[in-house]
Amino acid sequence: MMLSPALDLFPLLAAILAAVCCALLGNFLVLRRISLMGDAMSHSVLPGLVIAFLITGSRSAPVMFVGAALAGIATVVLVELIKRLGRVEPGAAMGVVFSVLFALGVLLIERAARNTELDADCVLHGQLESLVWDGPSSWSALGLSEVIQAAPPSIWTLVITCVLAILLVVVLFKELRLAAFDPAFGTSQGFSATALHYVLMVFVAGATVAAFEAVGSILVIAMLIVPASIARLLTDRLASQIMVSVVAAIAAAVSGYIGSFAIPDALGVTEVNAAGSMTVVLGLILVAAAALGPRYGVLASIVRRGRMARRIALDNLLASVFRAEERGRSVSAAVRSSTLARARRRGFVKPDAVELTETGRAAAAAVVRRHRMWESYLVDEAGLAQDHVHAPAEQLEHLMDTTPNESTGRDPHGRPIPGTSSD
Amino acid sequence: MTTGVVHPGHLPESLAGLPEHSPDSPLSIHAMTVAYQRKPVLWDVDYDAPARSLVAIVGPNGAGKSTLIKAALGLVPRATGLVEFWGEPFKRVRDRVAYVPQRESVDWTFPVSALDVVCMGRYRRVGWCRPVGRAHRDAAMACLERVGLVDLARRQISQLSGGQQQRVFLARALAQEADLYIMDEPFAGVDAATERAIVELLAELRDAGKTALVVHHDLQTVPQYFDQALLLNMRVVAAGAIDEVFTQHNLQKTYGGKLTLLSEAAEAIARSDLRVR
Repeated sequence: MMLSPALDLFPLLAAILAAVCCALLGNFLVLRRISLMGDAMSHSVLPGLVIAFLITGSRSAPVMFVGAALAGIATVVLVELIKRLGRVEPGAAMGVVFSVLFALGVLLIERAARNTELDADCVLHGQLESLVWDGPSSWSALGLSEVIQAAPPSIWTLVITCVLAILLVVVLFKELRLAAFDPAFGTSQGFSATALHYVLMVFVAGATVAAFEAVGSILVIAMLIVPASIARLLTDRLASQIMVSVVAAIAAAVSGYIGSFAIPDALGVTEVNAAGSMTVVLGLILVAAAALGPRYGVLASIVRRGRMARRIALDNLLASVFRAEERGRSVSAAVRSSTLARARRRGFVKPDAVELTETGRAAAAAVVRRHRMWESYLVDEAGLAQDHVHAPAEQLEHLMDTTPNESTGRDPHGRPIPGTSSD
Repeated sequence: MTTGVVHPGHLPESLAGLPEHSPDSPLSIHAMTVAYQRKPVLWDVDYDAPARSLVAIVGPNGAGKSTLIKAALGLVPRATGLVEFWGEPFKRVRDRVAYVPQRESVDWTFPVSALDVVCMGRYRRVGWCRPVGRAHRDAAMACLERVGLVDLARRQISQLSGGQQQRVFLARALAQEADLYIMDEPFAGVDAATERAIVELLAELRDAGKTALVVHHDLQTVPQYFDQALLLNMRVVAAGAIDEVFTQHNLQKTYGGKLTLLSEAAEAIARSDLRVR
């Protein structure tokens, strides 16, 4: 698929810029557990925009940003107020504020700003595709200055917003992190969590406005929350989380954009909304991260559990052979043959009979030792009944590396504890 | 017992007879009343913390122990009252006061390492908008060493045990190199090793001439770990040296039976349209 520059460069660039600035700021929303604030902001700035337009009669970027920033601050104040006065949880307060403010914005557009360029539909769905640039179709025919002149103004708004968002996150990295992690401590140290909250929210409001004209508020919300959530699954340091979130956002923007026409093209149907397909890609990346993430992923935990189950099976096999030999019996026991084969491969069990080798006996003694020491601890120290301790000890022998120190040499059932004096 | 109602321009009766608060005192609280949702939770607190001492703040659940700390540090608004640290407002002496919040008050799955958290104790020295430099990281590392966690410095904090997390908080307080340490339940839910570590640290702090105010739940260990006590139940029941105030009588007054009339008064104020004063 060839990308024709005239058609594709600016919408794609706009999507990437919107993705980057939203993803950057979104990390702090997700960490502060106020993800809904992104949703709230992207809706509640609408009346701010309309009122700014009604007062000035202008739709220029500075006017829109001032309107958005004021609406952003109003949102935060109203959310706090409703939380306090209505005695409701933050989510409910945000939900009330943003739905009412958005509705107010829609009413204002219908009543007062009719027949203007403001359009609530555009706010919701975005107009990536409308960022078409109708200059010459060949890049080689152009100098840099022509490209710069030809760029639609909303690109410049996005570039500036993006630079400011990067500056904010770089310059105030440690302060934002502190306020998100421990606001009370930070405030006591003079890094007011409230002030930082307002700064962050003004930036979110600004990013929302810059971005949704191009990509629509659904993608803005997704870009605020999903890349950070993806990165949260893959990293455990804030700096790397922010990097990963930005990479995920860019990847979703690019592949969603290409997918929005390449896939319908291949299927022979009409193109789909690019912002919508980017959002879907983000969702897919999140699912993949949840499934395949190295620490928190579903697959990783299946592998971990499988490994644990195999180790427990081996421990149990060795222990039961050890106990049988202790009583002078031989083992005919029905043990899982794969576990037995593994024990033989690792040289714990003799190849020709179900008997422990030298190393096997040492390993088995360690397991039995842990079991019996836990049993005696649970009876002597924890005061559990003698006939109740086998099951918990059976778990602890596999889970705990440390064992209780005190030992009388015998377990509560009178059997010797391997490796102690009476053994 | 006064109710903490301060009439404009007048000192409450309880203050009238008291001597001037000493500017030596690391923390002096005058006639402080605090309300949540317009319901008073602390009434007319008067307290002077003696310098160079370990003070246990003791009282039942809901007695307002955490509220006392937070209100003193300006983290929750005070309805009335004045709080001074060494005779100055908190804003002027932030450098000299270390605050250890309750461990459960933060999200321990947060993507930071133990060392990152301890470095937060240096932020005030580092200042706004500047990265934490080598020297400050080394200082933070030394504090981790003091609480025995130097090997776990690079661990993400969710991978630490509860006791280790508490020690990270203590290390962060140490990194502040403060003169007054205000700790909210540092002993809650910690293992024996951590409890010993905290006790040793407290002793070190006292030997170095510092003061610590510690919310503490285990009455049995109060006389052993502390030399001063502040008994609190919505108001100050008693405050002073352990052997003077830690008596059966005072404990009975603090814990025994709810102070029903005071609680009812608080409810009535919350329901009324009057301002909390």
